[in-house]
Amino acid sequence: MDKEKLNKDLFVPAKPDENESEQIQRPNLTYWQDAWRRLKTNKGAIFGLIVIVLIAVMSIIGPHFNDDGVDDQDLGLSKLPPRVQGLESIQWLRLDGTKTETYEAASVDAAKDRIRQRFTQRDDEFITYDVKREGDGSKDSAKVTGYYHIYEAKGLQDEYFWFGTDTLGRDLFTRTWYGTRISLLIAFVAAAIDMLIGVAYGGISGYFGGRTDNVMQRIIEILVGIPNLVVVILMIMILDPGIIAIIIALTITGWTGMARIVRGQVLKLKGQEFVLASRTLGSSHPRILSKHLIPNTLGMIIVNTMFTIPNAIFFEAFLSFIGLGLQPPDASLGTLINDGFKALQINPHIMIFPAIVISLIMIGFNILADGLRDALDPKMRE
Amino acid sequence: MEKILEVNDLHISFDTYGGEVKAVRGVTFDLKKGETLAIVGESGSGKSVTTRALARLIPSPPGRIKQGEILFDGKDLAKLKEKEMQQIRGKDISTIFQDPMTSLNPTMKIGNQIMEGLIKHQKMSRAQAKSRAIELLELVGLPNPTERINQYPHQFSGGQRQRVVIAIALACNPKILIADEPTTALDVTIQAQILELMKDIQKKTESSIIFITHDLGVVANVADRVAVMYAGKIVEIGTVDEIFYNPKHPYTWGLLGSMPTLDSTEDSLIAIPGSPPDMLKPPKGDAFAPRNEYALEIDKEMEPPMFKVSDTHYAATWLLHEYAPDIEPPEAVKRRMKGFAQTGAGESKEGERP
Amino acid sequence: MARYILQRLGYMLLTLFLIATFSFFLMKMLPGSPMKAEEKLSEAQLEILYEKYNLDDPVPVQYINYLGNLVQGDLGVSFQLNNQPVTDLLASRIPVSAHLGFQAMILGTILGMLLGLVAAVRNNSWIDYTSNVISVIGISIPSFIFAGLLQYFVGVKLGLLPIAFWEGFKHTIMPTIALAIFPLAIAARFLRTEMIEVLGSDYIVTARAKGVTKGGIMFKHGLRNALIPLVTVMGPMAVSLMTGTLVIEQIFSIPGIGEQFVTSVTTNDFPVIMGTTLFFAFFFILIILVIDILYGIIDPRIRLAGGKD
Repeated sequence: MDKEKLNKDLFVPAKPDENESEQIQRPNLTYWQDAWRRLKTNKGAIFGLIVIVLIAVMSIIGPHFNDDGVDDQDLGLSKLPPRVQGLESIQWLRLDGTKTETYEAASVDAAKDRIRQRFTQRDDEFITYDVKREGDGSKDSAKVTGYYHIYEAKGLQDEYFWFGTDTLGRDLFTRTWYGTRISLLIAFVAAAIDMLIGVAYGGISGYFGGRTDNVMQRIIEILVGIPNLVVVILMIMILDPGIIAIIIALTITGWTGMARIVRGQVLKLKGQEFVLASRTLGSSHPRILSKHLIPNTLGMIIVNTMFTIPNAIFFEAFLSFIGLGLQPPDASLGTLINDGFKALQINPHIMIFPAIVISLIMIGFNILADGLRDALDPKMRE
Repeated sequence: MEKILEVNDLHISFDTYGGEVKAVRGVTFDLKKGETLAIVGESGSGKSVTTRALARLIPSPPGRIKQGEILFDGKDLAKLKEKEMQQIRGKDISTIFQDPMTSLNPTMKIGNQIMEGLIKHQKMSRAQAKSRAIELLELVGLPNPTERINQYPHQFSGGQRQRVVIAIALACNPKILIADEPTTALDVTIQAQILELMKDIQKKTESSIIFITHDLGVVANVADRVAVMYAGKIVEIGTVDEIFYNPKHPYTWGLLGSMPTLDSTEDSLIAIPGSPPDMLKPPKGDAFAPRNEYALEIDKEMEPPMFKVSDTHYAATWLLHEYAPDIEPPEAVKRRMKGFAQTGAGESKEGERP
Repeated sequence: MARYILQRLGYMLLTLFLIATFSFFLMKMLPGSPMKAEEKLSEAQLEILYEKYNLDDPVPVQYINYLGNLVQGDLGVSFQLNNQPVTDLLASRIPVSAHLGFQAMILGTILGMLLGLVAAVRNNSWIDYTSNVISVIGISIPSFIFAGLLQYFVGVKLGLLPIAFWEGFKHTIMPTIALAIFPLAIAARFLRTEMIEVLGSDYIVTARAKGVTKGGIMFKHGLRNALIPLVTVMGPMAVSLMTGTLVIEQIFSIPGIGEQFVTSVTTNDFPVIMGTTLFFAFFFILIILVIDILYGIIDPRIRLAGGKD
């Protein structure tokens, strides 16, 4: 140690700095601020949130982008492929309003003939060809891709159906967003009902405990034993098909998951000191439930609801797909996909757009729910 | 006495989202053959991290040994490859962990958990390993070992599980046994049994023990030497007598003052004010200064070096510098120091040991 | 344990009884039931029905008879398919669905487990992110959309595989893949989470302190403990296969139980609907029971707790 360099004056008792050792190093955040801070750092969850908000907004304003109604049929306009202004030149997007078909044949002319037949055209006026391979006369040696400019063929040069039209000539853009609106509506209402019943049932069962809890739990055990697919299908069959029937079918067993979670949480919380303290001070049952138990369960309720919504959307689509869902003229994402599926082999665009929208909704809700679960989990709090 | 382990200027950091947490900031000590070295300190002082680093059990990432060396058996453990380290772990250096409830594999019979190391390191056959495992369970005082060897951890009580954990650690007669708060999670009566067991086993096997604890009562009971850690550094190290009868560092005074004793007459314990620093931003100067009522102005500027008190006793405090004012430990701590001297806290005097 | 299984079997029977009762009264209420929609049935069918179920009897008597027939394994006859007994229909259809479901389950869980394991071991690497993306997509996107895409791109555009019917291994490939994606995603995500948690637990440090090799840590200590809870997600997987078969079989025109169920729904063939529903319920409850028992067997902690009862 180099003693010379040390200043002798420093060897005096230090003046205590005010509260230096007790300084609070991190800002003080409430539970919700903290959860939001953590959610913001989760890129996936934020992406999910943005996707959901965009789709929800589109489901409200989308159907009013053009003058086409949801059920405006015009067979003359049926099965038009999608065509979007400005995107027509980007070939791989296939939003240029042409139908495409590739055929192989012995010669280029034979292939062109087949393409013409496929598009039921007599001449080449609205068809352009792209010869991929010149033929040498042997079987399938020539390969030609034909582009049928159907908008021009029908004299619709100025018409743009962004998502194309369906087999009845209805505008798919309007229908897709309208269907999204119905699907989201069903999902939100079903999730809200599940939440209300589940929270009330689970809260009461867990809070009062004893025999009440015992009876209520036995009932749930039986309900959980019934596969919800079976219940949903049976319910749909008794009720007249429609939005209400689907919501009832989805909620009739759907609330049990929420009830179990809330009950478990309430059972855990009600033995804790702050609840005992409140009870000692003479709080009433509803007050303890609503001021202490439910708020502390809120995180889990939210997360569970976020998982219920995509599940409801899936079930609605599933029911509509197998013909048990909405009936025409109602449209939901499920019925649109079902319609599109029937025309899939020749006109894939009818199915593609509703399928993309439903996939985005499902992915959005799932990753947002995952993110929320991580953000609201108090265990992760540091 | 022969040195078995030498740790020089060890630095360990954890890379977290908040930045680099400097958990251990230059630790130097050695371990002699057959002795028990206790490392004491508050939670977060770096005592567990230091000892886990000895067996290279720090998960990496986020942890890493930034600098320093760990010399054992002619090798620097800090630089060994994982494969080479696997040959040393469990064979030469064993670890007993704090919580016996979670440190055993719940789906594996305890016999297999003991035999695993034997089969790997001693190249025993399963039958040999099994009979050795039964021996070990007897050694650690578990009744009916032949039956219990086929049971799962949940069929044991906490104290029994810790005995099993000790049996696993002892399996290959390790040269160094690291005990990371082995009694903290146990009931007081069980604690005493486990401590007796460890002392007993040390006599039989002559292994060296590094004993981590925050309980000075346990230290007085088992240790030959004591290292006091604060904020990732050793602030005082000496024989158990030196630390208890003649502590030099104000933090050691604080620890001794806050330790309840049966014969203490004072009305209250002396608490150390405040809490340990955030190791994300260790303070400039002496890390203990903000909590130290005897702090000097220089503590805010410079970290104190290790001052030699005796051949075996060192302390890192400017109070030992020749310029420093003469400061006595607080009265209460002095009374305790006298009390320890009378009752003979660390009975084993350095010279008396074989 | 025995008492527990008996209790569970009791619940199972009670649940089945409730479903059967519910279906019976439903059948009485529905428009187009044998009571109201005679025009759908031929004289011969009506005669058989009246004879078999004594439809002239008061409803409670019919109900007793119905339950009696049910206990004897008689689910009635189809309205649409030449009076074929529902049990025969089920017996001819179940093997096809079971084949498809089994193949999808095996493919999905094995690939999913591999993916989850690699993701856990290489936590936060590109392979982990890829695995996460695959799981989210697999869990989110409905299987009928996958099936549609597969059918269009692989079947129609590329012409690599047959797009319909059930005539050999080639025909099973696309439906199996479409059906396997959900179990794959679930298994991958679940195993990854479990494995990361297990690898962070104290007993893994103990094992490392013993000098156990990386492989030993991964498989002997890690995977074994991570696999046990995987059994719990097999229930949701089985359900997803059940719902999956309904649409996948319809999409690929596979003569399984799901395809028949959808047909019976659209043609109001109530005895078939009821029979299939009961079968689905029975299958589901059985799976849950088997999973619970299996869980008790492979987890020593639960095994003992059960034994103490």
